[in-house]
Amino acid sequence: MLELSALFHGFAVVLSPYNLVLMMVGIVLGVIIGVLPGLGGANGVAILLPLTFTMPPTSAIIMLSCIYWGALFGGAITSILFNIPGEPWSVATTFDGYPLAQQGRAGEALTASFTSSFVGALVAVIMITFLAPLVAGFALKFGPPEFFAVYLLTFCSFIGMGKGSAFKTLASMMLGFALAAVGMDNVTGKLRLIFGFTDLMRGFDFLIAVIGLFGIGEILLSMEEGLSFTGKSAKMNMKVVLETWKKLPRYWMTSVRSSLIGIWMGITPGGATPASFMSYGVAKRMSPNGKNFGKGELEGVIAPETAAHAAGTSALLPMLALGIPGSPTAAVLLGGLLIWGLQPGPLLFVEQKDFVWGLIASMYLGNIAGLIVVLTCVPFFAAILRVPFSIIAPIIIVICAIGAYTVHGAMLDIWFMMMFGVVGYAFKKLDYPLAPLVLALVLGDRAEDSFRQSMLISQGSPAIFMSNWLVGGITSLAIVLLVWPLVSRGLAMLRARAT
Amino acid sequence: MSQQDQPAADQRPAIATRTMDIVVALVILVLGAIVVYDSHRLGSSWGDDGPQSGYFPFYIGILLCLSSVGTLIQTLRAGVAPDEGFATREQLKLVLTVLVPALVYVLCVQYVGIYLASAAYIAVFMVWLGKYPWWKSLAIGIGVTVSLFFMFEVWFKVPLFKGTLDPLSFLGY
Repeated sequence: MLELSALFHGFAVVLSPYNLVLMMVGIVLGVIIGVLPGLGGANGVAILLPLTFTMPPTSAIIMLSCIYWGALFGGAITSILFNIPGEPWSVATTFDGYPLAQQGRAGEALTASFTSSFVGALVAVIMITFLAPLVAGFALKFGPPEFFAVYLLTFCSFIGMGKGSAFKTLASMMLGFALAAVGMDNVTGKLRLIFGFTDLMRGFDFLIAVIGLFGIGEILLSMEEGLSFTGKSAKMNMKVVLETWKKLPRYWMTSVRSSLIGIWMGITPGGATPASFMSYGVAKRMSPNGKNFGKGELEGVIAPETAAHAAGTSALLPMLALGIPGSPTAAVLLGGLLIWGLQPGPLLFVEQKDFVWGLIASMYLGNIAGLIVVLTCVPFFAAILRVPFSIIAPIIIVICAIGAYTVHGAMLDIWFMMMFGVVGYAFKKLDYPLAPLVLALVLGDRAEDSFRQSMLISQGSPAIFMSNWLVGGITSLAIVLLVWPLVSRGLAMLRARAT
Repeated sequence: MSQQDQPAADQRPAIATRTMDIVVALVILVLGAIVVYDSHRLGSSWGDDGPQSGYFPFYIGILLCLSSVGTLIQTLRAGVAPDEGFATREQLKLVLTVLVPALVYVLCVQYVGIYLASAAYIAVFMVWLGKYPWWKSLAIGIGVTVSLFFMFEVWFKVPLFKGTLDPLSFLGY
């Protein structure tokens, strides 16, 4: 049980007063971020990342990952009380959460949602504890072709599993790669795509893109809907919590199923949002009360929340073990690793034991702390949403601008942030997915490096990506995922013709 | 979107989704062409020492163009569908009431720095859109900015942009 001793070592790292304080700060900030429109997990972490530049990396990641857990919890509060999903992954929670609140059962819905979030996260963390070292150990055998094949797999699965137009997913992804290429080529030292603008030499930082796309874009979108926050109030006390907890074991099957869906969608870059919808859909089909879904069924809150948290948590597995983030927020955390001077990838488990196991241990403690914080402080967080939009909106834009500026201390980045904001608004309205853009922007340079190195090994022959069973297997899987929509459409057409 | 029985002028779509789809796809096509052009200029083939600088981005550019053409074909083949449109006039107006002041704000940051611009921006936004009394708005604007000042400049020692004119230089930060 090597993992367990490593984990206990991790607990020892986390349980210093400094780290515990950062953990609580992270959770509270995270819930606030999750509650506010326009600030979400990804851009909230991106904005606060510059504040951690001077911290030790382990403390920094503990605080930032706790912001992430907090944001995951916070999204549910607005969904249930205000019928406004604070985060995309809590849209499915509104379906049954808000009807429950209308019936005066908000406390019950919130307790169920927080508890099942906790359960989903816990299952995912246990999975990470035992699986991540194995994956990392396996990945130590990877060379450049294998790594490029894994990148290929990541991006092909976006296209193959995406819901919307495959062309739009491709466009968004390639835009990310193109933006990543801007600036100095780190192999030859040549300047690419800057057309004489020396300010572009640094390239586009993905943190700026995240703050603009998700922050400013989201504010523009919520403005368009002319938000007026009229929410239900929640009576939360120990009695409601305990009574709800008594009911929850009844839905154990839903929890297990949703956790598995979430873990699967989190490791593959599906992410928390599709996981929550999928889990809701499956629960609706499988549950004996399926026809009551949408009218205020507790199970309809449990299913999406468990899956969203399981997915959000397990998105960190590929980030830790392979250096490939499974979600935009994981991508931002990965960017943090680079800034703190850590090299993401399988070697992290060998060289940075304190960091990795400290992070994993903080996932356990952070989620327990998160559960306690949200269960006790719901009215306080709900009060934030009652602050009128005409006060919140400019403050959020100011915070975004400061976040964008502090990344490099460059004024130009604030302009880029506004530009990304408009792009984010237009893309959201036209159903271009944003996650592939962010992931491509983060991974662009590394994907290119591994591609170039592979090409150097093979002297320019793409056959290297099929040269042995390992890389060949990953590449084939990637291609299968890529053409899957075509195959399934072809099958559907054949079936239609047959009947 | 709430559709009334008699849609007012403000409820009609100002821009059709289809138009917007085509415009965005064309922009992406142009961007793709730029990437292909610059990669070709840098050398998109095999040099003496391995792949040249434009080797990888060249294909990215090609794929960008292909994806744009794909979207264009899809949009054009779908025909004119009676959809709810990209945005109604009303929505566009609301979006611009946030976007335009935000752009002005960034322009102000450029000259007078983050602190003064933010205080003014929050106050003006509150008076203008929230119809708050000016003293309340000013108090919140200044309050938020001062707390940001302490958080960044004093506690975390992260200097924020003071603007090219630096009107607050007398504070000594």
